[in-house]
Amino acid sequence: MSLFNVFSISGTGMSAQSVRLNTTASNIANADSVSSSVDKTYRARHPVFAAEMQKAAAGQNESVGVQVLGIVESNKPLNVEYAPDHPMADGEGYIYKPNVNVIEEMTNMISASRSYQTNVQLAESAKNMLNKTLTLGQR
Amino acid sequence: MAISFEKAFGIHPQGLQVRAKRAEIIASNIANADTPGYKARGMDFKAALAQASSKQQTGMTRTNEKHFDVRMELNNGVGFRVPDQADTGDGNSVDVQVERNLYLENSMEYQASLQFLNGRIKGLRKAITGGQ
Repeated sequence: MSLFNVFSISGTGMSAQSVRLNTTASNIANADSVSSSVDKTYRARHPVFAAEMQKAAAGQNESVGVQVLGIVESNKPLNVEYAPDHPMADGEGYIYKPNVNVIEEMTNMISASRSYQTNVQLAESAKNMLNKTLTLGQR
Repeated sequence: MAISFEKAFGIHPQGLQVRAKRAEIIASNIANADTPGYKARGMDFKAALAQASSKQQTGMTRTNEKHFDVRMELNNGVGFRVPDQADTGDGNSVDVQVERNLYLENSMEYQASLQFLNGRIKGLRKAITGGQ
């Protein structure tokens, strides 16, 4: 019964989008974290989505869910600031701030939350369809 | 004259099957709306329904559990959609708004089929019980 697959597919969508929301939350929370060396500075993280192709390759069905392949750190340059008075400043008086673009993260967050909602609505209406089917022919 | 359930239900049982499959395909498109390189799939409803109602299946019979399962369903009329707009940059061709509306439409049509079936069942019941 393919309607039941809608639940697992939209479930994969929901979990992928929630990973995306998590990374966004982490990025925004750490947007102002300061460190005193390049290595220790927080970098923006983003999930990498991919279709669950191994299932499709097995010839089971044409419809595939989504999976999170991994989380990559952004390699944009860090924000280096000259602040000799700062308690975290290194020997030359520089502090290092994360390469998080807060505006980008906000739009990312809205997009992720909308996608999550869409997946929830899919599951909801699949549930309604199934419910109607289950009561088929009853008085 | 015997009552023929097959005739009474008509095309609707197959219609429901194909619509359920279609819901699954559209759900897969929406779940992958943010997946780079994913191409939206669609269903040629006419072909799929024709296949479902003629119950075409090709393949070989398995007489031993060690045999490979080469039973092959025909592709059910599933193909890739032609995107309305050019590549958005990541190779993804899902248009979420379009897919959502298609999903809604599909779900309404599914429920319409159910409604028809319900009506037929009511009619049959009336015929069987003599309107009691």
